[in-house]
Amino acid sequence: MKPSTTKPAARTKRPPRTSRGPSARELIFGDLWEFDPAPETADPRIESSYGLFIDGKFMPARKGRTFPSISPGNEKKLTDLALAEAADVDTAYHAASKACEKVWSKLPGNERGKFLYRIARLLQDRAREFAVAESLDGGKPIKESRDFDVPTAAAHFFYHAGWADKLDHLAPGRQVTPHGVVGQVIPWNFPLLMLAWKLAPALAAGNCVVIKPAETTSITALKLCEIFQEAGLPPGVVNVVTGAGETGAAVMTHPLASKVAFTGSTEVGKAIMRSLAGTGKKMTMELGGKAANIVFEDAPLGQAVEGIINGIFFNQGHVCCAGSRLLVQESIADEVLTQLKLRMQSLRVGNPLDKNTDIGAINSKEQLTRITELVKSGITEGAELYQTPCRLPSKGFYFAPSIFSKVTQSHRIAREEIFGPVLSILTFRTPDEAIEKANNTSYGLSAGVWTDKGSRILKMASQLKAGVVWANTYNKFDPASPFGGYKESGFGREGGRQGLLDYCKLS
Amino acid sequence: MSTRLPITKTPKCYVGGAFIRSESARTYPIREVDFVANIPQCTRKDVRNAVEAAAKAGPGWQKRSGYNRGQILYRLGEMLEARKAELAEAVSLGSKKTDNPTKEVEATLDRILYYAGWTDKYEQLLGSVNPVAAPFFNFTVTEPTGICGVIAPDDSPLLALLSLILPIITSGNAVVAMASETRPYPAILLGEILATSDLPGGTVNLLTGFRKEMLPTLATHEHIRGISAVATPDERKLLHTAAADSIKRVHTLPSESPIDWQTTQSLQAIANFVEYKTVWHPIGA
Repeated sequence: MKPSTTKPAARTKRPPRTSRGPSARELIFGDLWEFDPAPETADPRIESSYGLFIDGKFMPARKGRTFPSISPGNEKKLTDLALAEAADVDTAYHAASKACEKVWSKLPGNERGKFLYRIARLLQDRAREFAVAESLDGGKPIKESRDFDVPTAAAHFFYHAGWADKLDHLAPGRQVTPHGVVGQVIPWNFPLLMLAWKLAPALAAGNCVVIKPAETTSITALKLCEIFQEAGLPPGVVNVVTGAGETGAAVMTHPLASKVAFTGSTEVGKAIMRSLAGTGKKMTMELGGKAANIVFEDAPLGQAVEGIINGIFFNQGHVCCAGSRLLVQESIADEVLTQLKLRMQSLRVGNPLDKNTDIGAINSKEQLTRITELVKSGITEGAELYQTPCRLPSKGFYFAPSIFSKVTQSHRIAREEIFGPVLSILTFRTPDEAIEKANNTSYGLSAGVWTDKGSRILKMASQLKAGVVWANTYNKFDPASPFGGYKESGFGREGGRQGLLDYCKLS
Repeated sequence: MSTRLPITKTPKCYVGGAFIRSESARTYPIREVDFVANIPQCTRKDVRNAVEAAAKAGPGWQKRSGYNRGQILYRLGEMLEARKAELAEAVSLGSKKTDNPTKEVEATLDRILYYAGWTDKYEQLLGSVNPVAAPFFNFTVTEPTGICGVIAPDDSPLLALLSLILPIITSGNAVVAMASETRPYPAILLGEILATSDLPGGTVNLLTGFRKEMLPTLATHEHIRGISAVATPDERKLLHTAAADSIKRVHTLPSESPIDWQTTQSLQAIANFVEYKTVWHPIGA
């Protein structure tokens, strides 16, 4: 550590002592001390270019078109990716269909499971390498890709591997069969984890897959294809096509897909539903959210503040279930706000590869523009903005952690999904008012409740219209835990027995 | 020969626990060679009114315990049993020679009992406690989706209608149902039976009329969160397209292929209109 040479601008004063007794001693980093850079140096082993992964082989797109993939942390080019068009997607579907008919559906469940176990293990072997690649490509802090994304991705393969020979137990009295070929499109916020989240249950149930990762974050998907090769996964069982919206539309609407699964924005989800209307294809949709994180006056405040911070700043707020609407009981609103500001000052924003970084890069320039625009609307509409006085790197896409107080329900920042490190704070007086405000949205993905009272947790949990409720915690995920939304946040579940059933046909 | 003229009944729809004629005051006649009755020709406004009634009744119905819902559905069976002969006659209106109205009524009764028995059991099969790899108590429970639309076919006008409605209300949803267009009379009687069954008014709302007039409103109404329908290819396309606007849960059966309503009952039919809610709580002192 070395002393800081420049003193950052205005900082929030320490809060006055409250009736809760003397406050504990706190370390305020960044005021007097700075961390030395601590970059993670493992080699991400990124090739200079990647083809499409079809029928077990990497191949260029038929027309040879490519597009660059840059690192949002420093805007440097990482690699060139093949741009798949409808004809390439068609090839992928035929490969999947053939693999399904000839190989995958014929394998006994326990044999399918062995492949998934192998994939989980091979991913664990190369965990650090994948974590670095993920942070480089997507901008998330290395501590998150290292401690959350990659291990949880492996856990999804491991968990579902064990289901492959136990499908008979999923729906008692019913016969369970795979759909056949499944088309999947995933977003850029958890590139590898979403991939595992989608592939593992689909494969365990006996389906073959054509999947499109997001155009800004395809690298770890293609690296995982190397693992599929090493694991000896039969060609065509998983096919990865890269590209943007047009490629995605081709994946979703291909006639050979008997089921599609989409994770992304509500707007695109609706467009997919319209384009598939009348085809009889099965769908699952994991769409947007605008979660309420509700803090009651009897909540353990220190834990709640950590939970609020984790709820909104985890992965730069690029989380569909982010706790982006904080509902605080009026009596503690000032105290919570003060403590939040204090806690935010110790968040370190910067190089995603630095092990001390809490908040990395915004995934793309486009997303940064959207966040900036919505934050401007918050100011114009009269909410009060606080941003931490941190220095942002000059290259790359960064946004300072932001909170808005004095937000009303009609503000755009309280209604629209920002998908960035921006928190909107509203207040409430009674539990009923909290419920009413929390449910006053067309979304219904997740919610948080902070209170010391067990019966209140259960009452709140039963009244919140949300698919996941975190009580005295936030942003927790597990392959055994079903995840998915109410209302316009989508339908179908991912994870657990309920999630696996969505990849099976019952007869 | 008796000279007494019997009193004929004016068919009415059952909406919000009351018997209504269409707000439009329109009717259409059903005939069995001779004139039988004038049936209310409900409108999109009637659909919206029915949704409002369902919205009022839904939360109360959802709050009932499974045990209580089971007893109410059983009571519905008791009420229906008492009017078997009358219902069989209603089912026979417009029926084919091969149909067996008495058998349909009996199957309907068994269906009511089947779902009455599920009300306090489906949760144990659909929900779960999830073994997560961290110190959290994690469980998944189901909740009803909300207000659901039902679009019933012309075949088996009583059995099919109830086979679609029952799994939806078993879990605590409220229903706005469009009865068969050509064979609506059983639905008229069903309304009267529902009214005496202890089922809270507004939980099930029955409309008669023309599909093409009401179906678009049912498809697009944003407060309707799910739809269970027997529909033609064109209707299915319409329902699924309209569903996209508010991400409705739509489950359709094709009307062009025959459905054996005698066997169409399942736990899955209940699962189609529930939402899964997963709750996490830390385990600690």
